[in-house]
Amino acid sequence: MKNISSNVTDELQAQTGVKVERCYQCGKCSAGCVLAEDMDYPPNYIIHLLQTGTKENLDTVLKSKSIWLCLNCENCVGRCPMEIDIPKVMDFMRERSLKENKQSKAAKDIIAFHRSFLDCIKFTGHLYEIGLIVGFKARTMHLWQDVKLAPKMFAKGKLKLFPEMVKDSHNIKNIFSKTKK
Amino acid sequence: MSKIGVFICHCGENISATVDCQRVAEELSKVDGVAYSIDYKYMCSDPGQTLIKQAIKEHNLTGVVIGSCSPRMHELTFRKTCAEAGLNPYMCEIANLREHCSWVHEKGEATTEKAISLVKMLVEKVKKDHPLTSIQVPITKKALVIGGGIAGIQASLDIANCGHQVILIEKDPSIGGHMSQLSETFPTLDCSQCILTPRMVEVAQHPNITLYTYAELDSVEGSIGNFHVTIRLKAKSVDPKKCTGCGTCSSKCPQKKIPSEFNAGLGTRTAIYVPFPQAVPNKPVIDKEHCNYYQKGKCQLCKKVCPTDAIEFDKPDELLKEDVGAIVVTTGFNVLKTDFFPEYGYGKYKDVITGLQFERLASASGPTLGEIRRPSDGQIPKKIVFVACAGSRDPAKGIPYCSKICCMYTAKHAMLYQHKVHDGESYVFYMDVRAGGKNYEEFVRRAIEEDGVKYVRGRVARVYEKDGKLIVKGADTLLGGAPVEIEADMVVLATAGVSNNGAEQLAQKMHISYDSYKFFAEAHPKLRPVETNTAGIFLAGACQAPKDIPDTVSGASGAAVKVAGLFSQSMLVREPLIAVVNRCAPPLFSTCVGCFMCETACPYHAIEHEEIKNRNGDVIKTVAKVNPGLCQGCGTCVAFCRSKSIDIQGYTNEEMYAEVVSLLNN
Amino acid sequence: MEGTSREYNESVLALGNALDIEFEEIKDWNCCGATAAHSVNKELSLSLPARVLALAERQNFSEIVVPCAACYNRLTTTQYELAQDEEKKKRISEIIEMPYDGSVRILNVLQMLQKYAVDSIAQKVTNPFKHSVACYYGCLLVRPHKILQFDRVEDPQSMDTLMSAIGANTLDWAFKTECCGGGLSVSRTDIVSKLSGNLLKDAKDRGAEAIIVACPMCHSNLDMRRPEINKYLGEDIEIPVLYITQAIGLALGLEPEKLGIKRHFVNVNLI
Repeated sequence: MKNISSNVTDELQAQTGVKVERCYQCGKCSAGCVLAEDMDYPPNYIIHLLQTGTKENLDTVLKSKSIWLCLNCENCVGRCPMEIDIPKVMDFMRERSLKENKQSKAAKDIIAFHRSFLDCIKFTGHLYEIGLIVGFKARTMHLWQDVKLAPKMFAKGKLKLFPEMVKDSHNIKNIFSKTKK
Repeated sequence: MSKIGVFICHCGENISATVDCQRVAEELSKVDGVAYSIDYKYMCSDPGQTLIKQAIKEHNLTGVVIGSCSPRMHELTFRKTCAEAGLNPYMCEIANLREHCSWVHEKGEATTEKAISLVKMLVEKVKKDHPLTSIQVPITKKALVIGGGIAGIQASLDIANCGHQVILIEKDPSIGGHMSQLSETFPTLDCSQCILTPRMVEVAQHPNITLYTYAELDSVEGSIGNFHVTIRLKAKSVDPKKCTGCGTCSSKCPQKKIPSEFNAGLGTRTAIYVPFPQAVPNKPVIDKEHCNYYQKGKCQLCKKVCPTDAIEFDKPDELLKEDVGAIVVTTGFNVLKTDFFPEYGYGKYKDVITGLQFERLASASGPTLGEIRRPSDGQIPKKIVFVACAGSRDPAKGIPYCSKICCMYTAKHAMLYQHKVHDGESYVFYMDVRAGGKNYEEFVRRAIEEDGVKYVRGRVARVYEKDGKLIVKGADTLLGGAPVEIEADMVVLATAGVSNNGAEQLAQKMHISYDSYKFFAEAHPKLRPVETNTAGIFLAGACQAPKDIPDTVSGASGAAVKVAGLFSQSMLVREPLIAVVNRCAPPLFSTCVGCFMCETACPYHAIEHEEIKNRNGDVIKTVAKVNPGLCQGCGTCVAFCRSKSIDIQGYTNEEMYAEVVSLLNN
Repeated sequence: MEGTSREYNESVLALGNALDIEFEEIKDWNCCGATAAHSVNKELSLSLPARVLALAERQNFSEIVVPCAACYNRLTTTQYELAQDEEKKKRISEIIEMPYDGSVRILNVLQMLQKYAVDSIAQKVTNPFKHSVACYYGCLLVRPHKILQFDRVEDPQSMDTLMSAIGANTLDWAFKTECCGGGLSVSRTDIVSKLSGNLLKDAKDRGAEAIIVACPMCHSNLDMRRPEINKYLGEDIEIPVLYITQAIGLALGLEPEKLGIKRHFVNVNLI
């Protein structure tokens, strides 16, 4: 059934302050977005899907590749005449997409990277490259990716074998558990 | 013995929804001095007014109190009604039961009680009122028009053709304004200068118009019908009576590289210059800031070569004092320059230009004689990108409004380009096409359908230069927001229309209102578009908001009619609600002691000195006297006067105390 | 800072030493969460930086320098957001189990140099950096402008000014603030190749002999990922990428070893 409305725009406004009604679809965001060519829906299209207010279009956004490709480089909002904070909208949609398990399959690697990154922080408090890569490979099964890179990095002294642990690891773990979604 | 009539209006439901009007009328009928008290649904309507007139006649009323909307709405209406019934209009007072009572309170006992108190208050005032007669003030039947663009030219001609004297002042060396900079005008593609210059000449030759160029308003005092203006005639350094306009001086002037304002910075001019060949008057002025003589004390070549010895250095500015009855402000607008836009290069790319600069390129009298050429290398561009809405409709840049004329002139520019460069490609990046005037839509369609201009719906994110080309990164929202990249030879930005330089200072000098964008404010946006809130000062043209030529000319003629209307009366009738210094019998003559604190206080310079003389002509005492033509009835003098010798007619101390006492006794 | 961007750390410390700037490390600091945190968990993305700021407050730092552009951006954005909303501030303070005030001043490396060293740098130059350089700011140093209030959004000049002060010829080029591909280095190396490739090509076309950066992510993408970029562009570009601190360090006569120059993947062969 089409045209069932969702009230995500109210929630979006409450949590991020973004009012999608303000967008008049000028396209300046998409014009300046470096990732737009690779996205399935460029930024202004994403905002328009949300403007329609239907559940079906909201789903399209949650299932899109666009939200995972956006790098929050802020080029769009820096030029937007209506100062619409698209990166915040993207963050909100990303979190929501994971919560409703609607994330795009094409974004599997990107999400795996984020998850591995956060795991490193959870256990060590810092970015531990080896742990990150191992976790990433385990999640994605890209076992041979960047294999040639590691020895070179190690030779240049850029790869630490052992992580530097935060002393108050308990504090870090608590932060993670308290913000768990 | 007072016989006051009380009329309580329901104002439809505006008052009666929260105030019990019937009860108010009943309570008031019991008040001492009230001879007649009723309520009615619409007092200001025809039957309502008839009711009042009948009551005045039948009951021989000596005063009337109307409980209604704000006096700002209908005080005039009701006073006229009373006058028609033979009652002095200033014996009619309004109790504001709407804005001061029903609109701001909930329905209930307290609200009705307040309404009763308000009406009772005004009844007590009326008991102290005196009949007053309007003041007649002579009108100076001469108008001042500030700004010599098409609006000022039109207004001046219209007023002058009605037989009145006009002084037209223009701050640039020539009249003509932005219209003289245009190449062709939409939607007719008329040559702009061809239709403008005849009017400019007409202004110069009209017997009723005195034209001062290179002149600005220095100060203005007085009020409607009686303004006293001081005009600063900036020193031109050239005697117009001797100068024949031969042009020898500018051809010899060594300072040749000054960016020309008329060519929007694209061409150059000399320090002694005539802004453009069709200038009116066609006499040069010396730009002191760039002249070798004024800056360094050297040169004077122009003086040496002038065949009629017309050059006069070191003359001071002249201050000219004039009395006028009305002022029309037609100071026009400006457009943003390219350095306003960070994403389009901060103004550093020579081939990114504004719409106005494109006009100069397209114009036959421009720096490239009408050929579209790149400012950087003089080549003819093969691909031009026009960016609409550059700065307009952009709250992030502080300009949320639409500049109205850009969609039309962008279509025009693209068409002119295609006409001049047949194998050229033009692209217009737009958001909406606003073509609401007569023949406007057809004009834009012509650009798209006949001249092959490509319209892309989307805005341009940025422009940068690479290898002599301008890379334009835009988007096509009709294709889902797909990025569009064009390698252009030239980019024309349709920059936003903004208020003119010095607009704020001028508005403050004249005491007229302006908005946050420094555009001058009209008295009412819909019903009074050519008047300001300051009586006697009128507006027309783009100084109010960006405007096209048809609307500007309409407005100018409208303002002219207001001026002619004002001048068609023999005397200006003013309300007598002004200050008066008391007079009494000799030997006192007046309680005024002549301290003139009131004169210091008066913002309108309305207090004069009056010498009271005896029969021999010796001065007995000098007291204050109010000039009825200037006094605005603000009451500051009344507050200052320590001997209580000055009072406002219609709002005397006695009347005001009566109101306060009534309120306290309730 | 001990791993992939080790040389940035080394050069910042070495340069600080040469300019008489003393650094003290915040004890027990944690990773700010970078892109990963704000992409999947808003509260986490505010908590991790808040912890760092709270630690700084507790350790009596009134001012901190954050060399990494991403961390600088996250810390400043967090500080701004929590300053706007008392409720959020309280909640985050509870999560990190530390009092949070939001009073620490946050500087990036360029601001630090501008504040503490801009006058002395020009005087201490012994080895003018006589090369044409393209200063690459990346996306996170200057945006969002409303929050960071640093330099100008399009065509920023702070790095260029510093480089000019040490004798470099700073080029005007088109990709000063366009994103390099950031955090997609591992998960979508193809996109990084394209984005970083485009900017590298423009720098080369304009005659750049080196690219100067102030962000370890940008450095890593332009340097470590050079083979992939070259493959995408179909040509071998050998322009080296230097951190601003390394470039200034070289101009001040510091030893390349101390600045970590040897750790780069693309050899720094400037004459």
